Amino acid sequence: MKCDQCDRPAIVHQVIISNGTHRETHLCELHAAEAGVPNPSKQPVHQLLAKVAQKPKPTGLATCPGCGATLAKIRKTSLFGCPQCYDIFEEAAGIMIESAQAGATRHVGRVPGGAESDEARRHESRRLVEELDRAVHAEQYERAAELKSRLSQLDNQHPHADREES
Amino acid sequence: MTDQERTPDTDAPDNDVVLTSRARIARNVAGIPFVHRADEVQRKQAIERVLPSLNPSTCSEETEWFDLESITALQRRVLFEKNLISRQHADLRGPRGVAVARDGNLSMMVNEEDHVRMHAIAPGLQPGKCFERVRQLDKSAEQKIEWAFHQRWGYQTACPTNSGTGVRFSAMLHLPALRLTRELEKVRQAAKDLHLAVRGYYGEGSESSGHFYQVSNQVTLGCSEQELLDRFMKTIVPGIVNYERSARQALLRRDQIAIEDRVQRDLAILRSARVIKVDEAMRRLSTIRLGVCLDLVQDVPLDRLNRLFQQIQSGQLQQTAARSLTPPESQAARATLLREQLAGQ
Repeated sequence: MKCDQCDRPAIVHQVIISNGTHRETHLCELHAAEAGVPNPSKQPVHQLLAKVAQKPKPTGLATCPGCGATLAKIRKTSLFGCPQCYDIFEEAAGIMIESAQAGATRHVGRVPGGAESDEARRHESRRLVEELDRAVHAEQYERAAELKSRLSQLDNQHPHADREES
Repeated sequence: MTDQERTPDTDAPDNDVVLTSRARIARNVAGIPFVHRADEVQRKQAIERVLPSLNPSTCSEETEWFDLESITALQRRVLFEKNLISRQHADLRGPRGVAVARDGNLSMMVNEEDHVRMHAIAPGLQPGKCFERVRQLDKSAEQKIEWAFHQRWGYQTACPTNSGTGVRFSAMLHLPALRLTRELEKVRQAAKDLHLAVRGYYGEGSESSGHFYQVSNQVTLGCSEQELLDRFMKTIVPGIVNYERSARQALLRRDQIAIEDRVQRDLAILRSARVIKVDEAMRRLSTIRLGVCLDLVQDVPLDRLNRLFQQIQSGQLQQTAARSLTPPESQAARATLLREQLAGQ
């Protein structure tokens, strides 16, 4: 594209929207300098990078609506502000929890109002089977017998036993 | 609640090494910010939501409520020394309190780091007994309170180290022989590898005193409560207990007369001292406890010794004296108590 004022190639392109009207300007380096329009290619790299760094990262809400905590504050104190923080800062919260919990990725165990949920029970069953395999390979037969007995206890639990104690 | 009510069971399992076991459950009330982000009104709301759950008609325990804002600093200190509240709970400001069961072996702290921390203690290695008690309290509480719960992360807590089950087991271990044989660092390293926390006698942030170390599970997520208990009860603690017992026997085999000399000297000092600071008293009581467990001392019951570790703390001395004591007065009162309790029979 040519410069609006001469035949040199345009290197600065401006779009100005004012009072509902749309106006485009295309200028060469010389005419851009005369018009006082900054040439982006002449800007130092560190200034451009600084602008990129200042742009907020698209990580969702900056503060938790439940308690006003920011992610920076949560990271600094290693404390969530309220139950909502777990979802508002979902990704960061997951990383924090997993690193604090030796890599564990989900709750297994009691849920409110009952013993262990079906899902938790299935998870526990899978885990016990894996551990049983390891115990057998390691010839830890006493441990294997204990795990087997726990597995059969788990399998024998009636689904309605959810409301009772495990 | 009296100290007599808390007398440790002489037949408690593994009580030569394990002073006490504990289990605690952390919970938060749904819809209220965690304590450190909650304002005064919200903290009061948390208390108001929790208190009805302690009604004797529905609660598994009969408890007494202590409003930590309105009791004296000395009363808070005594509660801390009796392991019924944490140091943090004693020192915090704002609406907070603790419900204590009649026998003094169970408490529910309200507005500590989490809205609710239920905690039971028993002599020797009995984490299962403790857990059963706090679980019953949790069950009766949840009839009245909706706890903050996340489908994936379980019970929600302020600190990610407690998420999931919110359950932590701990044992207060007496490890004088491992300390004397300089093997303790190996225990610390092994504990770290097993994701265990090792703390001192006074809990979080404290150093060891009287060669007591509090060992607890750091992981609370990804295992059921039963699995956490099994690992703690059957694998983790027995390993350390057996290691300490072996170290005690090795000490005896190597130089029994030196151990006897040390034990008898410490006993003689505590039977005759007129003033004594708490650290020195803890250290000498620890050596005597080792002597009692190795049958080198016959005339001091283990239960009495175990109680003394608590009774010699400054807050409890002042409570007994029914007035505040200056440091020299405390040291004199401590020495008198020790002379009386350890007098030869």
